[in-house]
Amino acid sequence: MNVIVMGCGRVGARVSIILDQHGHHVTVVDTNPEAFRRLGEKFKGDTLIGTGIDEDVLRRAGIESAHVFIAVTNGDNRNIMASQVARTVFEVEHVVVRIYDPVREDTYRRLGLRTVCPTTTISALIIDLINDVLPADEEL
Amino acid sequence: MYIIVVGGGKVGYYLTKTLLVEGHEVLLIERDRHKVEVYGERLGSVVLAGDGAEAAVLSEAGAQRADVVIAVTGEDEDNLVVCQMSKAKFHVPRAIARVNNPKNELLFQRLGIDVTVSQTEHILKLIEQKIPEKSFVHLLNLRHDELTIVEAHVSEGSPVAHKRVANAQFPVHCVIAAIIRGPDPVIALPNTEILPGDELIIVTHSNEEEDLRRMLMES
Repeated sequence: MNVIVMGCGRVGARVSIILDQHGHHVTVVDTNPEAFRRLGEKFKGDTLIGTGIDEDVLRRAGIESAHVFIAVTNGDNRNIMASQVARTVFEVEHVVVRIYDPVREDTYRRLGLRTVCPTTTISALIIDLINDVLPADEEL
Repeated sequence: MYIIVVGGGKVGYYLTKTLLVEGHEVLLIERDRHKVEVYGERLGSVVLAGDGAEAAVLSEAGAQRADVVIAVTGEDEDNLVVCQMSKAKFHVPRAIARVNNPKNELLFQRLGIDVTVSQTEHILKLIEQKIPEKSFVHLLNLRHDELTIVEAHVSEGSPVAHKRVANAQFPVHCVIAAIIRGPDPVIALPNTEILPGDELIIVTHSNEEEDLRRMLMES
């Protein structure tokens, strides 16, 4: 399957490496060429310098034949805009977008985007890990 | 009307100022605290510090009772999200986005933004519509005796359209050097018919250039 990953930070690079190892064809897009170093030597996919909110950049990344588009840059708004371009303009089947702001995440999930919110997910995990050692409210 | 402006660059600042003068209730949201202070001193307490894409900030700004939200930051992705959040979460009836990259104008309309304003497109259209010089271009001054060469586009309504060169009432010292018709130059013989769409290359006295312009531009 053809996958485009926008944003080559820790998450973007890791997702790309794993999907590459699973035999998918991955193209990683980032504005900063230095970021591609995170992919390591064994990565067999492609890299492209540019911003994923630009339709021409996405076209060059092969979005017209992409099955999956993943937006994981540090900017919520950039991720939101790029994933809407992928979905609306290029009709990519599976679009996943990371949104740090829980309210924005909630709003765009309701608008039909497949969202991941690290803020709520990680908070819940942490609370879960310490739940058994801390007494609940009413017991205080 | 209650209008929320997001983005305190030059556009946002002057827009807020103008809307206030027109008697609207306006609130300007800007991220940079220093700008907020400066604008606050100049405009009064109509400036709020914060990220206009954040629901908490929009809520504090009273977006739920806003008639219009106008996003004019320098980043298209921010303008898009501000408008979409205003509509989806606060049911603002009208969201207007500034489009910095003209390529994004269509996209924004498809994504539900009511009105897009592209400065680049706007300036281009102004040049095309309001400035007649576009269809009458001064090409160069000849060294000899104050002669100039101009290029004029013949529109359908032009007084010389469908006339033969000999019958077109050009000023006395004008000579049609060539007619560009499509990709080809055509020699302007007295009985050659001038057609709409033609570009006329005309040699004229400098002091008759204005007369020529006026004569060709009237329709």
